[in-house]
Amino acid sequence: MPKTVISIEHLSKSYRLGVIGTGTAFRDLERWWAKKRGQPDPYLKIDEADHGNREGETIWALRDINFTVQQGEALGIIGSNGAGKSTLLKILSQVTAPTEGVVKVKGRIASLLEVGTGFHGELTGRENIYLNGAINGMSRAEVARKLDEIVDFSGVEKYIDTPVKHYSSGMYVRLAFAVAAHLDPDILIVDEVLAVGDAAFQKKCLEKIGDVSREGRTVIFVSHNMAAMVNSCNRGILLSQGKISCDGDIRETVTQYLSIQTAAGDVDLSKVVNRSGDGRARFTRAVTRSDPVNVVDTFVIGDNLIFEINIISSEFIHSGKMGLTIISSNGIPVYNLVAEDAGFELIDLNGESRVRVVLENQKIYPGEYHVNLWMADSDYKAMDRIANAIKFTIIEGGTKVRRKLDPASAVVHEVAQWSRLS
Amino acid sequence: MPVSGNITLCKIMTTRTASAKKLKSNEKWDLILRPQRGWWDLRLGELWRYRDLVGLFVWRDFVTYYKQTILGPLWYIIQPILTTVVFTVIFGNIAKLPTDGLPAFLFYLSGNTVWTYYSTCLVSTSNTFAANAAIFGKVYFPRMVIPLSIVISNLISFAIRLGVFLAFLLYFMASGSAIHLTLWVLALPALLLIMAGMGLGLGVIISSLTTKYRDLQQLVGFGVQLLMYATPVIYPLSTVQGALRWVILANPMTAVVEVFRLGFLGTSSVDPLSLLYSVGFTLVVMLIGLLIFNRVEATFMDTV
Repeated sequence: MPKTVISIEHLSKSYRLGVIGTGTAFRDLERWWAKKRGQPDPYLKIDEADHGNREGETIWALRDINFTVQQGEALGIIGSNGAGKSTLLKILSQVTAPTEGVVKVKGRIASLLEVGTGFHGELTGRENIYLNGAINGMSRAEVARKLDEIVDFSGVEKYIDTPVKHYSSGMYVRLAFAVAAHLDPDILIVDEVLAVGDAAFQKKCLEKIGDVSREGRTVIFVSHNMAAMVNSCNRGILLSQGKISCDGDIRETVTQYLSIQTAAGDVDLSKVVNRSGDGRARFTRAVTRSDPVNVVDTFVIGDNLIFEINIISSEFIHSGKMGLTIISSNGIPVYNLVAEDAGFELIDLNGESRVRVVLENQKIYPGEYHVNLWMADSDYKAMDRIANAIKFTIIEGGTKVRRKLDPASAVVHEVAQWSRLS
Repeated sequence: MPVSGNITLCKIMTTRTASAKKLKSNEKWDLILRPQRGWWDLRLGELWRYRDLVGLFVWRDFVTYYKQTILGPLWYIIQPILTTVVFTVIFGNIAKLPTDGLPAFLFYLSGNTVWTYYSTCLVSTSNTFAANAAIFGKVYFPRMVIPLSIVISNLISFAIRLGVFLAFLLYFMASGSAIHLTLWVLALPALLLIMAGMGLGLGVIISSLTTKYRDLQQLVGFGVQLLMYATPVIYPLSTVQGALRWVILANPMTAVVEVFRLGFLGTSSVDPLSLLYSVGFTLVVMLIGLLIFNRVEATFMDTV
């Protein structure tokens, strides 16, 4: 029977909005005096005045949250900005207390809301390991025991006795994460800390997080990187406006989240300066969709990949050619989609036009991709070229593939016909 | 799920958390987070578990201070000497305040040495929340670790100042001044404990009250300066007479400064027993500080 390690009951957290206080006693006195004489608040911003009396107005960052976490679960918390993810992690990490409700925990919690909290530039790498370890609840003896392992993991052995102010930001982050990775807590809480560091480092971190949960420890993970979430978690909780709107398998939760996401995958190209071509016609906007209704920037294998591209031409162009190249994050061109191949031409361009490109049932491996756009006249004279015009992400999940896809093993996912001959 | 052997413990937990509904009586939780901690839920055991962190903070302050600047340690020597020279000229030579028959320079230096430790403890701990908001916002450890380590770190600069004082003391003794050590020298550790405790207690109270109003912080430096004039730092207790004497005696720092002089310089008009008053005051202030700090630390991040 799985053991419940975290139990959250009726958890709410509110913050007072508007008049939190001006931060100084003198100003608050002034404000009180103005109010007393029936004058407007001298420190209210002008555009706030319309909202009437904001005093005492509260915002509920979390509202009546209830869930339990079992030992060994890797739980991903998903939600758009302001949904309450960080507040939840802050309460679990004891950085702040709940307004209502109770959180009960078994075992030691280590939280990684930031990499390298308390690092001091004047201290050497080794000294900072001790300090950071202690801040995160390790005893000196514990750090000493794990020192070699930490140094090894960080990959900065050579500079371990150099003050960290001389470190590159990459080394700094690697060292800091190395400490965090060796805290050996029963419950590890990780906020969006992996946004820093290069791809190799991020991979290492995610592997470590995976290891931790395989060892039977519990992980709670917050990230905007849906691919990482699907890779490292098995359960997902979707928060929206401080409430749980979905709790279940991570793939389902991610899918649910992506379906409510809007505005991502919509790029204004009119102000891009890094472009070439004579500019007779120019790209002004690019949008990615998976269906005619929703604008998204994240897809699963099997989704339709739809691009809608706006063009403006400054003169009448009888016939134009167009194409887009999809390039993986490590620079491999995956597709070169050329209008000509489909027998499509930009006929009689004059003023604004809009083009839709549909790649049905796309089969690209999980990862990040960017798209280069180009447009030329009938003599192949370039009118507009933009590299890296729009980006999209393919993540694990969907109904087409149920095994884990390693982005290092292939670029395009094909299902061959298999049969047994003898 | 049955958890054997914890039945008694759980009973205690249930009574302590009676307000929490749905608590299963057969489960033992290591940590229970709720909106407000009890007044007496001081978690001193947890503070003890983090003692290595206190040590590391002290060590960090020490190491970074000496790594950064060569003038740092030197400043600890220059500052008291310069202050004392100014005091000697203004209060001794111009205002002609009496110094209990002691060499004026040594008199002011002794007062300055003691007072500086106390005032730095008070001022730097009173800034705990505001100065550490960045780290407090990202990781949990008992917040009391910070003021505690500040008070201990300050002992290092005190030791340097004390060294300066002792050097001058030896010089004056060798040149035949009428000073002699008394057994009250041995009270020095107790004096330090009183100053550390009182500075910490008051500082922590102020820091708890100033989480909302940062400008009150500016009053602290000013207040400490005023407090110095209510303490026999630049004048001996023996010159204060009448009703004013009671005001000065009501100041718990008076006995500390005077007993220090009694020990190292051999002259003072203080009744050493008034130290007991200082001890009592310190204990009360520390308790109040601990209680208020404990109330504030859980949610101060929301107001900073």
